[in-house]
Amino acid sequence: MANTHNERLKRLIYQTLLIRRIEERVIELYPSDKIQSPVHLSIGQEPVAVGLCEPMTARDVLFTTYRGHAYYVAKGGKLPELMAELYGRKGGVSGGKAGSMHLAAPEVGMMGSSAVVASTIPHAVGAALAAKVRGDKQAIITIFGDGAIEEGVYHESLNFASLHKLPVLFVCENNALAVHTPLRERQAFDIVTHAKAYNINTTVIEDGNDLIKIADTSAKLLESLRSGGGPEWLMIKTYRYKEHVGPGDDFDSGYRSRAEMEKWLATDPLYRWADLVKEMEADVKSEIDRAVAFAEASPAPGLADLLTDVE
Amino acid sequence: MRRLSFAEAIRECLFQEMERDPSVIVYGIGVPDFKGIFGTTVGLGEKFGPQRCFDTPLSEDIMTGFALGAALKGLRPVHIHIRTDFLLLAMNQLVNMISCHNYMTGGHTPVPIVIRAIIGRGWGQGAQHSKSLFNYFTHIPGLKVVAPATPRDGKGLLAAAIRDNNPVVFLEHRWLHWIEDDVPEESYETPIGVAQTLREGSDLTIVATSWMVIEAVHAAKILAGVGINVEVIDPRTLAPMDMAPIIASVKKTGRLLIADYDWLNSGLSAEIAADVGVACFGRLKQPIERVGFAPTPCPTVRTLENHFYPNAETIVRMAEKMLQRAPMDLSGVDFFSHERRFRGPL
Repeated sequence: MANTHNERLKRLIYQTLLIRRIEERVIELYPSDKIQSPVHLSIGQEPVAVGLCEPMTARDVLFTTYRGHAYYVAKGGKLPELMAELYGRKGGVSGGKAGSMHLAAPEVGMMGSSAVVASTIPHAVGAALAAKVRGDKQAIITIFGDGAIEEGVYHESLNFASLHKLPVLFVCENNALAVHTPLRERQAFDIVTHAKAYNINTTVIEDGNDLIKIADTSAKLLESLRSGGGPEWLMIKTYRYKEHVGPGDDFDSGYRSRAEMEKWLATDPLYRWADLVKEMEADVKSEIDRAVAFAEASPAPGLADLLTDVE
Repeated sequence: MRRLSFAEAIRECLFQEMERDPSVIVYGIGVPDFKGIFGTTVGLGEKFGPQRCFDTPLSEDIMTGFALGAALKGLRPVHIHIRTDFLLLAMNQLVNMISCHNYMTGGHTPVPIVIRAIIGRGWGQGAQHSKSLFNYFTHIPGLKVVAPATPRDGKGLLAAAIRDNNPVVFLEHRWLHWIEDDVPEESYETPIGVAQTLREGSDLTIVATSWMVIEAVHAAKILAGVGINVEVIDPRTLAPMDMAPIIASVKKTGRLLIADYDWLNSGLSAEIAADVGVACFGRLKQPIERVGFAPTPCPTVRTLENHFYPNAETIVRMAEKMLQRAPMDLSGVDFFSHERRFRGPL
């Protein structure tokens, strides 16, 4: 069976599986208190990150949110440094000062992530102006959730990017949840109609599990930005399997049902291509084992580290 | 040497920095308009074009975060606010994002950003157009805060701020824009974090911030007329504060008066007093005193403003109290000459 799948799909599945298994390892490790910060898991949403990042090069820069492990990996961040960062060790990508919520790996174009909703959207707009002023043919991508759309700075950012025709791709990862509050209880407007009001092209992908469609759409939109086009706006519907923050499930807490998740499981690529997944498990496991071993062996930062890099 | 006003000195610095370094951009509400932020940005748009000098929508939040993104991609943004009060709309970006970005990323990403903002008293500016907010910014690790009081320092400190790889909040009192001084024509840097002693004296040390430097020098001249020798120190940079010359001066005079252009409660003046209290304990001849804004929102009407703001007279009276001198007759002294420049909103 496996040889009928093309190489591209295999790469996408491998990435998706890698992210899922890393986060499952985080869940496994969490009771040990070795992970030194809150974790917002992307389990269920990984195909969005993997598909979006497929056509990106290290020159394309991305700003994301506190639910950022998937983007760090999909954008090319190194696994051992990720795991050491989650462990709060010196070998972490930011030496333990970032933890899970502020991941950044500028060398691969992963510029930053924020724990304050919507706050990295303006950073992408500024970077897009810099790209334009400097004549760099690069795309700037900002990832945010449906909750960010309720913040004023989202509106301010769409307006400015459209006004100055800046090369930025706005991506709304719409899981229809802000912490524990469903979208219908928060928004009196239609997200897409609202975005169109800024004279920005909009695209919507209903199935956030469709890796190929997400990757193809991303490629097309990024190419438009790199060739001098103005801002683009993309919404991808997806679903968060785990609780807002932490390693657990929360289907018994009353705000959503397990049946809701099961609809998404039906198209989850890791179940759909279970045969491929089975073949990849051993490689994925050994990659993660190496990352965990690196984190375990890395020393804890000390007082001198506390005081460096303030300026 | 040529004499320039503070506003002309700031403008000359912006021209020189934008010419020297194509990565410098200057923007903010009203920046390219005909008034050009007290004249400090007039002509920049024409010379450097709309990609490097531009107006913005009324969107302080995005335009502050925008500076971080632009800085991460190699630009050196200068974002200007015609009232420091408007910076409150940008505090999430300044405090949660910009100040800690380099630290959070383990030192991989310096953020060279200058936030210029106009502070202080004008013409009935009231509670929302007049704040200083020094301690809002000095409280935050990762932000440098500069408040020059002379045209020469304005030009040199702005150049230093633009070339610095950290975020710098650059606060300028609106009345300073008309002050004139000798200003070198060539480009130069005045180092951030270095205080300046403007006047030497043996009886009392006055540390003054921003506009209060002008008032303190005025007060020192009045006090000299009755034989009181005052040392006046302008920190110039509020964070990091150059405490060494302040401490050395207080060890010499045994007396410290802090004239802050801000509220006293939990303010910068309390911080200076605490540091001097530790360093000069046993050398102080009497308790440290402070003058600053009245503990109220800023009133609009001039009669109340005159009670709200400290000035040279406030300083003279406090100095007399500290030195156990009887109050002198100040009836012929003109304390508000700069205020009289105002014939309408500027």
